[in-house]
Amino acid sequence: MKAPPEKLIRTLKVLAFLVCLGPVFVLLWKGFVSRDGLGANPIDVITRSTGKWTLTFLLITLSVTPLRKLAGMPWLIRFRRMLGLYAFFYGTLHLMTYVWLDKFFDVHEMLHDILKRRFITAGMTGWILMLPLALTSTTGWIRRLGGKRWQKLHRLIYFSAAAGIIHFIWLVKADLRRPLTYGAVLAALLMYRLFAWIIGRTRRAALQQTVKA
Amino acid sequence: MLIKKPSDISSSEVTPKETYLNRRRFMIGAAAAGAALAGGFYLRDHLDTTSTVQAGGIKLSGIVKSPLSTSETPTSFKDITNYNNYYEFSTDKYEPNGASKDFRTRPWTVSIEGMVKKPKKLDIDSIMKLAPLEERIYRHRCVEGWSMVIPWVGFPLSALIKQADPLPSAKFVAFQTILAPDQMPNQKRAVLDWPYVEGLRMDEAMHPLTILAVGLYDEALPNVDGAPLRLVVPWKYGFKGIKAIVKISFTDSMPPTTWNRMAPDEYGFYSNVNPQKDHPRWSQATERRIGEFRKRPTLMFNGYADQVASLYNGMDLQKNY
Repeated sequence: MKAPPEKLIRTLKVLAFLVCLGPVFVLLWKGFVSRDGLGANPIDVITRSTGKWTLTFLLITLSVTPLRKLAGMPWLIRFRRMLGLYAFFYGTLHLMTYVWLDKFFDVHEMLHDILKRRFITAGMTGWILMLPLALTSTTGWIRRLGGKRWQKLHRLIYFSAAAGIIHFIWLVKADLRRPLTYGAVLAALLMYRLFAWIIGRTRRAALQQTVKA
Repeated sequence: MLIKKPSDISSSEVTPKETYLNRRRFMIGAAAAGAALAGGFYLRDHLDTTSTVQAGGIKLSGIVKSPLSTSETPTSFKDITNYNNYYEFSTDKYEPNGASKDFRTRPWTVSIEGMVKKPKKLDIDSIMKLAPLEERIYRHRCVEGWSMVIPWVGFPLSALIKQADPLPSAKFVAFQTILAPDQMPNQKRAVLDWPYVEGLRMDEAMHPLTILAVGLYDEALPNVDGAPLRLVVPWKYGFKGIKAIVKISFTDSMPPTTWNRMAPDEYGFYSNVNPQKDHPRWSQATERRIGEFRKRPTLMFNGYADQVASLYNGMDLQKNY
């Protein structure tokens, strides 16, 4: 497929940027405008919404490469950084909801939680793993680290997403359908990479054989 | 001689300055949106104090006030009926209200059986006349860390037990929810071990605070809160309050309880509200009262220690949680 003109890509990026802010607008709308507000437990709603969107954006970010390869749309790479930063943005809102609205900055309580409650341990791990990725998301950092090393570092997203899904599984009391759905999508996205890697290696080996012969 | 060093990044991969600045704008915007959101909710929860009662159920008559009620302000009818756990209908706390709308509570019989002198089947309408209906405004503490104040209407469970006349060998009371997968969608799936079962020790069941509720806010109990008949034990976590009861049986051994079977290390048979006994998922030291912003400390036995602590004299409550 032919790449769309530069101007269209830019317009699409602005649109994508606004669409990705949708969940925030929905929360603001419900909270301030709609008559029912955010329901009986607004903090619970904010926590769950931001958590859900963190995982969703992680999975969308991880879909970019399979999609651009399989659908032959290499220009999709231009959206990946924004999507990844949105995952970090929602993850940070999610964490701030916990730090502020749930624990009221009680460091002792939070440390106790992180050490004792495995679902919090997993969630914290997921966010911490996103941190270096967000910090090194700039072009300057890509240049500084070098493409190869930068790419290696950014494979941390696999572990961050896995930690996020484990966080979700461990938090649910019963009925694992939702967390397992997210888990299945992540598994599929990682399987794609595994197969792509195996195929790539076989091809390289075959190529070397040809060169030698 | 000029040696051209290949750059490790192709120029096509370098983000144009415009996009780079966009990103900066994005991060500032995102931070501002986050701050506005959090700040807004803080204000809203502090300024919004309306709690209108919106009910449309059948009015119950002849309700007497009870000295056992708390003087705390009851949570709004709307919040009580739109935020609760009722796993038979949905595992989402916002959904059971809608999902239980068409649940049929008539005809309804409750079977009284086991170690009793007079096993029988009671019709719900005769159960409602078993004893004078009382308003009992109780604190309600969910194991998940949120709480409400609920104006139940009901009568002491002891009134029903006395009528059933249990044998002296009966030491426990077991309760069972209706099994109606055609009406309760989650009973078609293995969410929990259906039907839901609960139990109390005989002295807990006979305690004057323990009631069978048939109403809320002077009206017949809404389906979402366990109509037509549910258990309320205010010093225990909310899940002990089994809903839509069809069977009450008397036994000499500790009966199984649903959540205990599901996760024994998380939910014990007693499940008394205890801020000192940590739960693997949630700290039980504090709770969020629905409608309040700040968390408040959780009280031992949910604030009913004076009345019920003696039931557990000599018991290690860390082990018997």
